[in-house]
Amino acid sequence: MSSFFNWWVIVITLVNIFACWWLIKWTMKKRPEESEMGDVTGHKWDGLEEYNNPLPKWWLWLFYITLVFGLAYLVIFPGLGNFKGIGNWSSTGQYEKEIAQADERYGPIFAAFAATSIPDLTQDAEAMAAGERLYSNYCSQCHGSDARGARGFPNLTDTDWLWGGSPEQIKSTIVNGRGGIMTPWGPVLGDEGVENVANYVQTLSGRDVDAASAEAGKAQYNMFCVACHGIDGKGNQALGAPNLTDNIWLHGSSAGAIKKIIIEGKNGAMPALGDFLGDDKSHLLAAYVYSLSN
Amino acid sequence: METYNYKVVRQFAIMTVVWGIVGMLVGVIIAAQLIWPSLLLDLEWLHYGRLRPLHTNAVIFAFGGSALFATSYYVVQRTCHTRLFSDGLAAFTFWGWTLIILLAAISLPMGWTSGKEYAELEWPIDILIAVVWVSYALVFFGTIMKRKVKHIYVANWFYGAFILTIAVLHIVNSAAIPVTLTKSYSAYHGAIDAMTQWWYGHNAVGFFLTAGFLGMMYYFVPKVAGRPVYSYRLSVVHFWALISTYMWAGPHHLHYTALPDWTQSLGMVFSLILLAPSWGGMINGIMTLSGAWHKLRTDPILKFLIVSLSFYGMSTFEGPMMSIKTVNALSHYTDWTVGHVHSGALGWVALVSIGSMYALIPWVFNKQGMYSDKLINTHFWIATIGVVLYIAAMWIAGVMQGLMWRAVNPDGTLTYSFIESLEATYPFYFVRLLGGLLFLIGMFIMAYNVYKTVVGAPVTDEEVAQPAH
Repeated sequence: MSSFFNWWVIVITLVNIFACWWLIKWTMKKRPEESEMGDVTGHKWDGLEEYNNPLPKWWLWLFYITLVFGLAYLVIFPGLGNFKGIGNWSSTGQYEKEIAQADERYGPIFAAFAATSIPDLTQDAEAMAAGERLYSNYCSQCHGSDARGARGFPNLTDTDWLWGGSPEQIKSTIVNGRGGIMTPWGPVLGDEGVENVANYVQTLSGRDVDAASAEAGKAQYNMFCVACHGIDGKGNQALGAPNLTDNIWLHGSSAGAIKKIIIEGKNGAMPALGDFLGDDKSHLLAAYVYSLSN
Repeated sequence: METYNYKVVRQFAIMTVVWGIVGMLVGVIIAAQLIWPSLLLDLEWLHYGRLRPLHTNAVIFAFGGSALFATSYYVVQRTCHTRLFSDGLAAFTFWGWTLIILLAAISLPMGWTSGKEYAELEWPIDILIAVVWVSYALVFFGTIMKRKVKHIYVANWFYGAFILTIAVLHIVNSAAIPVTLTKSYSAYHGAIDAMTQWWYGHNAVGFFLTAGFLGMMYYFVPKVAGRPVYSYRLSVVHFWALISTYMWAGPHHLHYTALPDWTQSLGMVFSLILLAPSWGGMINGIMTLSGAWHKLRTDPILKFLIVSLSFYGMSTFEGPMMSIKTVNALSHYTDWTVGHVHSGALGWVALVSIGSMYALIPWVFNKQGMYSDKLINTHFWIATIGVVLYIAAMWIAGVMQGLMWRAVNPDGTLTYSFIESLEATYPFYFVRLLGGLLFLIGMFIMAYNVYKTVVGAPVTDEEVAQPAH
């Protein structure tokens, strides 16, 4: 902060603390016109009076102790403007220290697992138990504690993979994250077009829908959708485009839900965890996820 | 012959009971929703997220606010030996405040919110609040100006500090850029917005829920006990120290966040220094009873007042402890915070208000006393048991959650997922619901007792008493 605000903070902080001390001293002073200690002060309001009792000793000590503690704390820790405190403490420093300690202590455990290939790790009960713990910590919030996902969050226990189910692909998904983009087609297709395309898409997984409408939708599908979802509707793992023929619907299976996605599009996001987890934990986590369907 | 304006006092006193029931009923509903989330058929207007701010606004500003309006208007007239400065403005504050509460009851379930805790109401309502509050300040300080006694009674220092500071807090924190009638964006950004919000938030606790109710305590405890206030010197020291140090305490709500380290430290240091000034009020209240302890056995109103001071002492000890960073690292984001808030809100604010209302209502309705002392006593025990169940459940739940969240396996992974800590909390949610329910039942008993007291009572205003000298 600027030099002005540095001094501003220091001055008003210290003024407030010392003003408390001064206030105590000033109030304790005996004044010539006042009544005896223990007597009423002589003021009266609506029948109410006040005693001129001294400040309780134990309470005064409590007050002094907190004032002294406060000053000492501000000498040791950051608080008085730009002054960092003689203890050299910072919350970032504390965080980094704790992370370094944790890495030192727990790092070797995961480093040992990282030496083994992902398919082999799935045979290692101890590795899978550790992997499951990582999964519960970092993945279960979205993919569910049973890994079967929820609307908008893929099921990890089946063999339907948006971005590929090989060990390398799964690890890449965890480390780098994924961003799936479905373009909003509502304005291009219009109401009828959306209806037709939705009907055609449903025929891909064998649903019984209005045949004429589906036929009309097929032409538009081949114009707009085919680039990502493919001519056969089986999707494209390089783009994260879902397979439309398997009757697995990430964002809802009803005709209404399908139309909504066609109209509004969707940005799906899997966060990149590589920086946070590091390579060793990502490796073990990939093995655990791989084991769910292999 | 000049009389006191009791009309506005009567209006706010009755509404204190009404809003108490409404606010606490919503509290019981949301406590039940934490156990049965689909309790109200998953209707969006009655969802937990919409009802929770309705609960906090209703108990703090509708129930607590009405109690503060009623008692401050009564106390300032009585201790200044004069009628309120303006009957018209006083009536405007009553109807204005009522309108604000009704607007809150509509807008919050609709989901119109600025998203700032305890300051959720949108900008048109914020403007109305500012206007009503300034009118309140005019009435209060106008009455102080025309007082017939030289000295200003200690209760009025606290009421005055509460009224002035809330005006500043509300206007600064609610500054926003309107987009539509029901949507606005805060005038501040990022960590500054967070700091402004908690500067407001903690001082709402400090000045609305502490200073305001200390004003109430300073009149009703000595009056009901029939004893002089314990120490004038203590009231001077703890008043000035309390209002100057409270201003700094907000950052303890933002420990270990993006707020700069120095700000967090100052928040913690001043929260600790706040302990003694806070306790000054408790000592002055409880010690006022010395020489009259026997009255506690027979006077149920005094029981409310003294137990409220005990809860006040407890929660103002707990608060500074929770502001210490290492303690906060455990307690923050857990139900411990919820328990702490309720030991203050139910134990202190509600009990002192209820006790004061039981004293005040007969005075302003020309009655010798409440319809039934026995029912006051019943209310006292039900309410006290309710508070104890509530806060004990939340303490245990909070510490348990904090410990579960930080527990790690031998390989450094977390032992428990969040959902496991939630599952472990369910039994405590039941106990909390029971505690809240008991407290609400107490309010219904109060409503019956108040109804029997005031029904058919002649509503004449009392003559202004002559000052003693």
